[in-house]
Amino acid sequence: MEILICMKQTFDTEEKIFIQNGEIDDDGVERIINPYCEYAVEEGIRIKEAHGGTVRLITIGGAEAEAAIRTAMAMGVDEGYRLDLTDFPADSDEQTTSECIVQLIKQKQIPYDVILCGYMSIDNGTAQVGPRIAELLGIPHISTITSLTVDGRQVQVERDVEGDLEKVESSLPILLTAQQGLNEPRYPRLPDIMKAKRKPLHRMKWDELRVDVQMIQARTKKVAILPVEEKETGQILSGTIKEQSQELIRLLHEEAKVL
Amino acid sequence: MGTANNVLIFADIRNGTLRQVTFEAISVAHQMANGGEVHLAILESLDPNQIESLKQLKLDRMWHVDHPLLKTFNLDAYVETWVHLIDLLNPDVILTGHTALGRDVSPRVAARKRIGLLSDCIKLDTSSTYEFVFTRPIYAGKAYVQRTITKPPFFVTLRPNNFVAHFDTSLDQSIEIKTFHPNLSQISLRTVVTDVVRKVTSGVDLSEANVIVAGGRGVKSKEGFAPLEELAVVLGGAVGASRGACDAGYADYALQIGQTGKVVTPDLYIACGISGAIQHLAGMSMSKTIVAINIDPEAPIFEVADYGIVGDLFEVVPLLTKEWQRINR
Repeated sequence: MEILICMKQTFDTEEKIFIQNGEIDDDGVERIINPYCEYAVEEGIRIKEAHGGTVRLITIGGAEAEAAIRTAMAMGVDEGYRLDLTDFPADSDEQTTSECIVQLIKQKQIPYDVILCGYMSIDNGTAQVGPRIAELLGIPHISTITSLTVDGRQVQVERDVEGDLEKVESSLPILLTAQQGLNEPRYPRLPDIMKAKRKPLHRMKWDELRVDVQMIQARTKKVAILPVEEKETGQILSGTIKEQSQELIRLLHEEAKVL
Repeated sequence: MGTANNVLIFADIRNGTLRQVTFEAISVAHQMANGGEVHLAILESLDPNQIESLKQLKLDRMWHVDHPLLKTFNLDAYVETWVHLIDLLNPDVILTGHTALGRDVSPRVAARKRIGLLSDCIKLDTSSTYEFVFTRPIYAGKAYVQRTITKPPFFVTLRPNNFVAHFDTSLDQSIEIKTFHPNLSQISLRTVVTDVVRKVTSGVDLSEANVIVAGGRGVKSKEGFAPLEELAVVLGGAVGASRGACDAGYADYALQIGQTGKVVTPDLYIACGISGAIQHLAGMSMSKTIVAINIDPEAPIFEVADYGIVGDLFEVVPLLTKEWQRINR
């Protein structure tokens, strides 16, 4: 089984966001594997454990992304590709990243039966790249999966559809995006962390890809990044619990006018 | 202002009726149309009575897309049909909800047509130097980005509950409903839905609810959610849960609100026994009014709350139900 994971590194969930000169300040932030991508990594390794094969991984990012790749390798990923788009000579958006990933897969002839992605990233959160990659490769996708069974070339999936559970069948090759609940990602063991350092990691820059910049550059453009306005301190009610409850209903009705 | 923009909206249907986000898309469409036409495309089967009522909506044309493969959701058939309609109508603006449907279909259509897609937008600005600027939350609601599209069409998915819905059915003139038969003979359906298990019991869709009563670990048990459900019912809202409550087995993951789980923007969010971890705040901090009920006065949820009661939720919540029933009588 040839398993390919498209993984993103993101800010740690606990990081506060600061805006510096109109950009998100990334100086000194803690970075993690995007939580949804972590489910994808874990699931890819489980498929290999059940069916044999190789788990490969692609990440777009600068040198800082290698920590995430090594972590995924310590979990069990066999081989990694880091694609650096830092000097891409035009604006990039989800179209750019998905076209570049697909070009990398084609150019390096990276084999795949199953491609796993996180269903969204917790930074940009557009949930576009997985389905876009599937479309560009001409393969089906199933998003927000919470359970996966691979039986020969057949795939049975359970997915979360805004709270409802949908059962879907398909066949390989396929792209799947991981939702929370799919699995519980493992913690890498120390010997595996050591071993991960020696696993093959290929580094590529965008200009090594045979891509047409005009064609794949962003169709969207950033106008501004804005902070979230600090909320005024709320009102803690007082009195007996009964008085507070009555006062709360009155406030919601008459002041906030939400009831 | 430039020339007229023709807008195409893809409807989002749940259980035979149009979801509210489609009506929100209609009002956004009118802001963007600038004299152009607004078209609404309906793929999935819709209750025939509702089709009648939609005839009075302020639309230029409604497309009833009729094909046996579209009666229920199928990804390949949907992608193909959207592409057909976009090719047929050549819209400058394409709108749909940032829902399970919109998230699945729109990126594939955008990739196929090589067009820009702005996902999960919460605000439209028409006054800037660009024709249209959309705002969307990033970093789980810890910042916003404003983006525009450099090369039309504008393909945009809207986060439910963030735009005013257009329900005006007062037009005297009814709109034209055109039937469109897509040619889907060449496509193979590579994914097949074999079963749908409905887990959401209440009638109110969490992502579109105006009022949400949510419980956390402080609810202590599955049974502990009963008073929250009662309050939700009398307020016409829905019940949600924190990850803690779901992990502990008190609530189904379908109800989970947070960074993993649903992102909601109700008018009123009542957090009961929820400490307010940052992952939870990511899913609800943009609610218009937030109430926190927690026994621990130090709980971080009070930092984002507009109103707080420090107390036992099992005492407070039934009192709220009773009080609302009393003044509403």
